[in-house]
Amino acid sequence: METASTSSGDRSILARSPLARLPDRALKYGLTALAALILALIVYFFIRLVGEARPAFAKEGVLGFAFNNDWNVNAERFGALPMVVGTLITSGLALLIGVPVAVATALYTTEFSPLRVRTPLTVLVELLAAVPSVVYGLWGIFFLAPKLRGTEQWVADRLSLVPFIGGGTVTIPNYFIAGLILATMILPIVSAISREVMATVPSDQKEAALSLGATRWEMIRTAVLPYCRTGIVGGAMLGLGRAIGETIAVTIVIGNAPQLSGHLFGQGYSLAAVIANEFGEAQGLHRSALFAAGLVLFVLTLLVNGVARVLVRRASRGGPAKPIPVRAAAGPQAVAGATAGA
Amino acid sequence: MSTPSPAAGQLARFAVSPARRRRDRIARATILAGTIIALIPLALILYYLLRKGIGSWSPSFFSTDPTGATFFKSQSIGGIKSAILGTTEMVGLASAIAIPVGIGTAVWLVEYGRDSWFAHTVRFFVDVLTGVPSIVFGLFIYIVLIVGTGSSYAAYKGSFALALLMLPVVIRSAEVILLLVPGALRESALALGAPRWRVILHIVLPTALPGMVTGVLLAIARAAGETAPLLFTAGETLKTGFDLGQFMNALPVQIYYDVTSPTTAVVNRAWGAALALVTMILVLNLIARLVSRRNRLA
Repeated sequence: METASTSSGDRSILARSPLARLPDRALKYGLTALAALILALIVYFFIRLVGEARPAFAKEGVLGFAFNNDWNVNAERFGALPMVVGTLITSGLALLIGVPVAVATALYTTEFSPLRVRTPLTVLVELLAAVPSVVYGLWGIFFLAPKLRGTEQWVADRLSLVPFIGGGTVTIPNYFIAGLILATMILPIVSAISREVMATVPSDQKEAALSLGATRWEMIRTAVLPYCRTGIVGGAMLGLGRAIGETIAVTIVIGNAPQLSGHLFGQGYSLAAVIANEFGEAQGLHRSALFAAGLVLFVLTLLVNGVARVLVRRASRGGPAKPIPVRAAAGPQAVAGATAGA
Repeated sequence: MSTPSPAAGQLARFAVSPARRRRDRIARATILAGTIIALIPLALILYYLLRKGIGSWSPSFFSTDPTGATFFKSQSIGGIKSAILGTTEMVGLASAIAIPVGIGTAVWLVEYGRDSWFAHTVRFFVDVLTGVPSIVFGLFIYIVLIVGTGSSYAAYKGSFALALLMLPVVIRSAEVILLLVPGALRESALALGAPRWRVILHIVLPTALPGMVTGVLLAIARAAGETAPLLFTAGETLKTGFDLGQFMNALPVQIYYDVTSPTTAVVNRAWGAALALVTMILVLNLIARLVSRRNRLA
């Protein structure tokens, strides 16, 4: 190579003029500004929400707002305990019912289902996520709640001595129906995350378990579930976040009564439902209290989702497969045992 | 260890005991039962939607506005024209905001931000947005665009709330697709002397486009079904309108108000509207799935 053209002082013939580099800069800084704008927007929203909620918190105190069982709009008393409890009961129920079903579905699709059924099954479960929440509400109040009422009353009568479940009269809208609807709504996300995590289980480990003579279920219990535990918990927490924030379906089926129902089959309220139901007519302190409910909801879902993201990320990264110590003496008998067991 | 001899008696020692076999069978049955239980709600919802919804469908159901009449049997309660048009308009405007902003942010994340702390912060906040309850988006917009400006409800404010809701879905799905664009493609363009912006606009985006359509369609489907963000942003009206500065009706909102009605005819209108809404959303989902199947990248 001759040294003539590329001496350090000269600008290379290949370099672009400053004008030609302008669009590059514009795009880069424009896009950066866009990303920064989204951040700024979220922070701004949060600050404004705190500002709007302040009068209610100032009157009731933050703890008073969350733990006073006294929501009376006319008397300007805003203790949101009935809503907080309603949110916790319904989303707790949703987890209790939804997570086992979701995990079972995920296990079936990853471990048992014939290959031909796998995709249709996944699509069908995901379709549940496509149904709008107002349709869940409509279906819940006009089909599910009336159909289940007899059964609920039967259970409530049989378990009349059990606190929180038995005893009272079953109303058509109630906590249990809301929990059941929420369970259906969180099913797709919990099952999708579980399925993803189960797909990361190294097949070496599953095969190792089977070759040691484990039955399918023992293989799942010893190789699949321990490996996926973090991910499933993360998926369940994502579902919990959804359940806590779900508004319209719950508003329709929970009854919107600002009181603590002593039992599972009574009417109640939830944080999201009280906003949807009362915000339209709310003025002054009442409105501020509803903003406060929104703030509590926002912070609660933020925490739950933050933890869930960390867990899911840790689980789906998978980490290096830990080798299972296999005793060298196992030999051909174990293989024979596995074939007998399969 | 005894010498391995595959005699029948020897094998029996390794056979699965009846108790373990029973446990295995019970576990399998439970898992299968769980899967079937998961499918029951979908079947029931679709069945009831069809049974109850199809009855209220008629040409006039789609071509008239709801009248607001509830009490008198002689009065027509009207259809869902304004709701369908309103949903289309508001979701259209929301898409016009969320899609460019979302894809722009995703391009920044993949092409410029990458592993910087700032990019990680943006990703974290976008994830945060995914988990925010939709009603809280409505409150955000209410505070900023209604309390902040001292004006009333308007359709474009509803669109902003829906756009906020769509944004994380668009960003995250577009980011995943952009990451799949082979680095060699970018490098060969750069090696031929193309400036960065040309590489992004002419190479990266066209390659990723078919894949991004899927995420965008799913975001639109999600926005179309949302009630909560519209309640205190778009207002409540029965009339068909084309002015995004006025109140506007929407399908989910119409269903929400109809559900609480004591009149059977109005509730039936809710079923018909719900069937229309679900059909719309399922068609969007179906197209998204077909597009993603034909996509080269995914």
